[in-house]
Amino acid sequence: MKVLFFAALRETMGQSEIEIVLEAPTTVGALKAMIKLPNGETLSAASRNQSIMAAVDQEMVDDLATVSVTSEVAFFPPVTGG
Amino acid sequence: MYRSILIQAEDFSLDDALAELKTQSGLAGGLCFFTGAVRNSNLDEVVGGLYLEHYPGMTERQLDQIVDEAARRWQLHGVIVIHRIGQLMPGDNIVLVAVAASHRGEAFEACEMMMDYLKTNATFWKKESIPDGHRWVEARSSDQTKTTAWDA
Repeated sequence: MKVLFFAALRETMGQSEIEIVLEAPTTVGALKAMIKLPNGETLSAASRNQSIMAAVDQEMVDDLATVSVTSEVAFFPPVTGG
Repeated sequence: MYRSILIQAEDFSLDDALAELKTQSGLAGGLCFFTGAVRNSNLDEVVGGLYLEHYPGMTERQLDQIVDEAARRWQLHGVIVIHRIGQLMPGDNIVLVAVAASHRGEAFEACEMMMDYLKTNATFWKKESIPDGHRWVEARSSDQTKTTAWDA
């Protein structure tokens, strides 16, 4: 499955996209605990200090949402368009 | 209902967009629009430029859903949404939301709701160029309050 990062989070991660092989479906919250920032901190830990939003298959979701083995997941800061 | 949603790097013409909306929504007597441009200062610092990032695919879907929601609430004849991406300079156009309805009340309300939703729900991010570098614009809680008020 594919994980995308946008804006300030993309810069913090140092990349816009990673591939993760999931053995079985999981949740957004569990996925955040698997992903590490370059400083070693997990995305779950980082999201305690900054607001990180999530989308699964291009729909906004919360940490309880299901992630399938083929989902497109994205993490990003609160949006600022308009 | 006529609907046009565009996410583009190129500039847009307000006159052309409004003329198109008027032509395409023949029954509409009321047209209302909001347009936003790049400001030259923010939080007491000079802004030299603005970079707009988006989530290709998702942003288009969200704008479509926002138009659906407006069309569900009000009797509308046409909607145009244009949002620019990429590198912009102070004074450049960023966004246009234009609505055609039979009367002004629906047009005003639908236009405001769509802008409020766009601000908090559409996956765009702004990065400002300031004298000592760049900074990502922070989301404002007052924007979330405005969106939430529509769902009350």
